[in-house]
Amino acid sequence: MSSLSLRAIRKSFGPVDVLKGIDLDVADGEFVVFVGPSGCGKSTLLRVIAGLEAATSGTVAIDGLDVTGQRAAERGLAMVFQSYALYPHMSVYRNIAFALENMRLTRAEIETRVSRAAAMLRLTDYLDRKPGALSGGQRQRVAIGRAVVRDPKIFLFDEPLSNLDAELRVATRKELASLHAEIGGTMIYVTHDQVEAMTLADRIVVLNQGRIEQVGTPLELYNRPINRFVAGFIGSPRMNFIEAVAEGAGRVRLSGGNGILDLHDVCPDTARPGIGALSVGIRPEHLVPVDSETPDLWLTVDLIEKLGSESYIYGTLGDGTPLTLRAAPDDPAERHQRIGIRIDRQRVHVFDEAGRALGR
Amino acid sequence: MTVSLFRQTRHPGRIGWTDILSYAYLALGVVLMFGPVLWLVLSSLKTPAALLEFPPSLLPLTQKTVTVPGHAQPLELYRVRMPDGTVRELAQVRRIGIQAQMLDPADPATIIRVPIEAREPIREMAFAWSNYTEPLQQFAFGRYFSNSLIVTIVATIITLIINSMAAYALAIYEFRGKALMLLLVIGTLMIPITIVLVPVFLVITQMGLNNSLWAVILPGAATPTGVFLLRQYMLTLPRDLIEAARMDKASEWQIYARIVLPLTLPALAVLAIFSIMWRWNEFLWPLAVLTKSEVYTLQIGLNAFQGELQTQWHYLLAMTVMTLAPVALVFVFLQRFITTGIANTGMK
Repeated sequence: MSSLSLRAIRKSFGPVDVLKGIDLDVADGEFVVFVGPSGCGKSTLLRVIAGLEAATSGTVAIDGLDVTGQRAAERGLAMVFQSYALYPHMSVYRNIAFALENMRLTRAEIETRVSRAAAMLRLTDYLDRKPGALSGGQRQRVAIGRAVVRDPKIFLFDEPLSNLDAELRVATRKELASLHAEIGGTMIYVTHDQVEAMTLADRIVVLNQGRIEQVGTPLELYNRPINRFVAGFIGSPRMNFIEAVAEGAGRVRLSGGNGILDLHDVCPDTARPGIGALSVGIRPEHLVPVDSETPDLWLTVDLIEKLGSESYIYGTLGDGTPLTLRAAPDDPAERHQRIGIRIDRQRVHVFDEAGRALGR
Repeated sequence: MTVSLFRQTRHPGRIGWTDILSYAYLALGVVLMFGPVLWLVLSSLKTPAALLEFPPSLLPLTQKTVTVPGHAQPLELYRVRMPDGTVRELAQVRRIGIQAQMLDPADPATIIRVPIEAREPIREMAFAWSNYTEPLQQFAFGRYFSNSLIVTIVATIITLIINSMAAYALAIYEFRGKALMLLLVIGTLMIPITIVLVPVFLVITQMGLNNSLWAVILPGAATPTGVFLLRQYMLTLPRDLIEAARMDKASEWQIYARIVLPLTLPALAVLAIFSIMWRWNEFLWPLAVLTKSEVYTLQIGLNAFQGELQTQWHYLLAMTVMTLAPVALVFVFLQRFITTGIANTGMK
């Protein structure tokens, strides 16, 4: 268990800057998830932490000790790869024991550690098998076992669930969460799946184009995204954005909307001079269909997804802006119907022209 | 199963012209590939006289002889059509012009005159095993064989180790000049051995290795083909595996020996087979550096049967068969690696 701190990490591959100055502190025992769209540099950042990739500049420190110049083998970290990277010619036992042999532990010590890890991950019956004879979920557990058995300073996970089917992914996600609760190590987890990020993380780091957009607990990111990118990335289905113009302090006119929206409570400073065009972000769960002559918005329904527990209505506003909203499972709306919608004014986000969140 | 394999036709139950063509084509291939080998093996069992016979026969046939009291040499037996139409087996005493003096082995006293076109030699299969046994006693076959064996095994082991290390560096590491290094290695493929023969000979002489087996083993140990073949195979290994091993605190040597080498086994097997064949059949270079008969390899030893004035074909052929046998055995047992290994390295 260890803490990690990154200072001004930059990484370039030739002319391409993949990481553009990353500063981050991860506390001892924390579960931190790096999330972002593909190509945002999250995997590269993980590899820089691991020591598999050398940073172009900046420092990596573990427990306050600068390890920037150390090779991967010297840093004492363990990594679970997306492809699992199990050694195909070795049995499960030898796969798990390989690192321990390299650490020159005694045979008895290796034996105890491997059997303990195997018991924890329900692999005891498979120790003699080769990875080729295991199912995807079992391989995944071997890969985790290989990391756990070493008792590393920090666990690194590089999209470990992306090769599993949906059901197994949910099950393994829960196992990872309980593993963290059980052994309590510092864990850094990379994913492009914001659901994984929300469910696993103590803190989420949202990366975009080589920069950190926002760091915070899952609910902080959900409730108070600091920019349009984070707002759109966290939450599923994604947040709706509607163009708007300021009409004085705390008052905005939505394009395609009916009249003026009073957002005094959430965003009083829309009257700043030179504020330009705004966009208003509303999550699908904060829009409600209403039976009213003067709703906030009129929506033409394009598609309805009935999930049983809830329904999602996809439609377009008068000016063509697409909108998604969550409705009750028995909502009577039909395709091509025009329905009225009320906006929950307390849960609205307002972004300026550059995408920065206003207010709050 | 094998039989049904041979009975396969394009359309089940009838033989079309494509079947005939493909079987004919395959048969031609078999004849082209195995004909010479078969002829070699059969010829190696012929007596010197049968070897020089014209027209040549495929099978090792010799004329049947019979020992007749009163004649020091065994006499050749013929089947003779007598003037009265009967056919008798007679032994020929001598031939005078178009007449042959013959006798019946049962009645050696009576000489019968027969026109030569009325007689026909009686031939039988006779395997001249002495072609094998005699040289094995006189000719230092055992010594040459063990020399060849030492050269082949030691050189193959060195080749595998050196080439795999070079391939590991060229496949796994990123360093400045890597492409140039690879180009240089491949480039040496274009230099024929005859060009480097003299310089390498001088180097070996300077090192005082002449007439030692090391002179044969060392110069060819690093082969560009081997480096390239292994590198191409290693490139197909997932990089994650090597990085996982690095995370697992393995040293570079451990990664090479415990992860990469075991996974490169199919390609190593291919290279081993190639190396065994190259080394076992190598002729020109050993001929240049090995001048004492106690360090001769088999191929050089065989050359000794080929004198300036006469060639002992029957021994030469028999010993050639002996020389071919080990490589053929290697092939029989390892050929499945060749096909899978070559397919996997992407080399054809």
